[in-house]
Amino acid sequence: MTRVTRRRFIQSSATAAGGLMLAFHVPAFGKAKPFDAATGGSEINAWILIDPDDTITIRVAQSEMGEGVMTSLPMIVADELEADFKNVRAEYADANRSVREGGVYNRMLTGGSSAVRHSRPYLQQAGAEARERLVKAAAERWNVAPAECYADYGKVYHRPTRRSINYGAVAADAAKVSVAGVKIKSPRDFDLIGLPTPRLDVPEKVDGSAVFGMDVRLPGMVYAAVVHCPVLSGTLRGFRFNAVRDKPGVIAAVRLERGVAIVAETFWQAKTAAEALPIEWDIGEDGRAFSDSMQRDFVAALDKEGALVDNQGKAAETMDLADKVIESQYVVPYLSHACMEPLNCTVQVSPGRIDVWAGVQDPLSALKAAAETAGVAPENVYVHNCFLGGGFGRRSHPDYVREAVQVAMEVGQPVQMIWTREEDSRQGQYRPMAAIRFKAGFDISKNLIAYTNHSVTHSILSGINPDAVKNGVDPTSVEGLSNMPYRVANKRITHTIKNTYLSAWFWRSVGSSQNAFALECFVDEMATAAGMDPLHFRKRYLADRPEMLNVLDQLAQKSGWGKRMAYGSAQGMAIHECFGTICAQVAEVTVTEKGGLTVDRIVSVVDCGNLVNPMTAEEQIESGIVFGLTAALYGKLTIENGRVLETNFDTYRMLTMAETPVIETHFALSGGDKWGGIGEPGTPPVAPAVCNALYRITGRRIRSLPIKDYYLSRA
Amino acid sequence: MIRLRINGQDHELDVDPATPLLWVLRDNLNLTGTKYGCGIGQCGACTVHLNGQPVRACSTPVSQASSFEVVTIEGLSKDRSHPVQQAWIAEDVPQCGYCQSGQIMAAVSLLKRNARPSDADIDAAMTNICRCGTYTRIRAAIHKAAAMMGDA
Ligand code: FES
Ligand code: FES
Repeated sequence: MTRVTRRRFIQSSATAAGGLMLAFHVPAFGKAKPFDAATGGSEINAWILIDPDDTITIRVAQSEMGEGVMTSLPMIVADELEADFKNVRAEYADANRSVREGGVYNRMLTGGSSAVRHSRPYLQQAGAEARERLVKAAAERWNVAPAECYADYGKVYHRPTRRSINYGAVAADAAKVSVAGVKIKSPRDFDLIGLPTPRLDVPEKVDGSAVFGMDVRLPGMVYAAVVHCPVLSGTLRGFRFNAVRDKPGVIAAVRLERGVAIVAETFWQAKTAAEALPIEWDIGEDGRAFSDSMQRDFVAALDKEGALVDNQGKAAETMDLADKVIESQYVVPYLSHACMEPLNCTVQVSPGRIDVWAGVQDPLSALKAAAETAGVAPENVYVHNCFLGGGFGRRSHPDYVREAVQVAMEVGQPVQMIWTREEDSRQGQYRPMAAIRFKAGFDISKNLIAYTNHSVTHSILSGINPDAVKNGVDPTSVEGLSNMPYRVANKRITHTIKNTYLSAWFWRSVGSSQNAFALECFVDEMATAAGMDPLHFRKRYLADRPEMLNVLDQLAQKSGWGKRMAYGSAQGMAIHECFGTICAQVAEVTVTEKGGLTVDRIVSVVDCGNLVNPMTAEEQIESGIVFGLTAALYGKLTIENGRVLETNFDTYRMLTMAETPVIETHFALSGGDKWGGIGEPGTPPVAPAVCNALYRITGRRIRSLPIKDYYLSRA
Repeated sequence: MIRLRINGQDHELDVDPATPLLWVLRDNLNLTGTKYGCGIGQCGACTVHLNGQPVRACSTPVSQASSFEVVTIEGLSKDRSHPVQQAWIAEDVPQCGYCQSGQIMAAVSLLKRNARPSDADIDAAMTNICRCGTYTRIRAAIHKAAAMMGDA
């Protein structure tokens, strides 16, 4: 019989062994030794470490939030390294080292579906360079010319004598030699890249041993629960700590700008006390905000002139001359990310040094935020990235890191700060609200001759990078609209920024998340106006986009486009380019007699140029579809009196297993220089494909999301 | 003092009996494989077994658990050898992985009750949320585990 009290645990855990105790090393992933810090090996370069037993540790500068970078990026390095992938483990690259060593890990932000696309060249270079060093070290040991040697599957071979030596045996020497002018492989020489490869992080994710931010345990660690002002722009006036100070486990209260943190021995104690804490807020004007009236304001702004995004031909004049004009407007609500793991961060403040443990999408921005908050030099901040229980853009914002540092500075003990699901949902950083209007003019032969589009969107960049907002346009707000792919001689695209007191942030697929819905639904409206099948209409006006045509042709074939559907069921399609990757989908949807909705099947065809790991790529498309479908069917934040109503899964509904359609994913890769870009493009086409199918069943257009707000009935 | 039997080990704990089992597992016992997702019984990330039945630990006061045998993800096997874990690996199910302890615990108890669940049985039993949308693979893994367990 063991007896554990909280206090005893804090004292005893410093020496406790086992996977639960995570002291000062970064969690590492992979088969070989999941949680041991890499020691005893030789560092060939900043990315690669080889142990005498041939274990190869490859460092990953991007964040593992489910998209598979802990596997796909090591594959790139390992391919060049001619490593046996069975011996490869992955660990996070150290942001502090990158700060100290002139950015040795390059970009560390994970976002914009760019992990593979951005880093492939320099990861290949790192792998190739290490391989050549191993070859050179082996050649020196054998006293032969390096040109007579080659590397394969974890060994260096001397061709004439057929001798071989394991990497582990020459790694120490390889770390000392230098090589120059190493060339990287061309794609036809890849042998690992392109092979479906199971994820390295899966084993730890089936036995509970994977360490997420919330699973970090430090000696002497205490927990903080935070209560923020229920209105995002509100501030703290005061609170009465005395009312809760004697509750079990309570240690301290920390005053924050927008709230209070209660620190206690366990999180439950902290949370219970925080909820009982009498607090007074300064709420102000925004306490009268309602999302319904915000939406009306967004729509009203559509009537005013916007900033010019693109102008070709004579859109207005041509529209006046058109035989037929259609006009529609679409609206979308604010959405939260609802990462499965609520936001949390663990901080230890020591003299002259700050250690931060959290799942973050950008360790460098987290490091900078922690340094600023604590007033220490960035070189003295260590960010230990963990597995991310979902990111979807949210974890690239370091607000939760800042707050945890603030709390830890006051408490003088390591603190794990957790935002409850409700707090997490209320802290802003939402997918923007938007209103989007289109007009299309057709001539007497039903040819599309004029197109105008005006969007009104809460800008993400005006808050964080105002310089990137050019001529009144935030480029992230018009993703998918500014580069509208359909050919029309006369088009005019305008935009208006409209910000509210809520804050907008990157949300899986960013601008495309709302713009693809609006545009691709309107494309179906144009097809109807032109009397054409949605597929043929798209193909006709995408005639100068061969990759898109190819994707559409494959989609039509794989989905059986145009096949007979039962009464109450229909197909709908959409195609969208997001971060350079084209994804087209056909949704098969049923409306039951009673007005119920089922999404039965979604077929996707994707062109991201080339793929590193087809297995994780397929998983990402599946994931993006469920994410997009969740938003399309249910996603909506309602604001009443300045407060967000949907703060937990009872009101902010998630798609469930029973509601998930059959998902079929196909790749139509066009090759070339484009590599990857797969985490987000599966999301944008879902909503319009489903809504376009619904139109065919109900005869009604869906021009706002979520779909749950509509009464559906078969036409 | 609360007595608990977790993964075959007895514990005696000095905690408020109203504390949800979830936080006792995570904060007092450092069994962090059981996750906090919503705290209101909606998501299933905190699923553990009480005498083989799946319960949501966030909504189960620790006092209620004391008369039962508690099994958490850590207690399922020592070496990921449980057929459900093996099937999860074979189907490459987890993405971010945060919901997966709960999914696995829910699947294990489904398969205990129903050795060959149909898709409809799976839909009815597997109500855990996965924000990463791994549902298709979870379904395949449950069928695979059922087959593996049937063959054994
Ligand atoms: S945390 Fe228990 S059901 Fe969500
Ligand atoms: S794997 Fe991420 S929530 Fe399920």
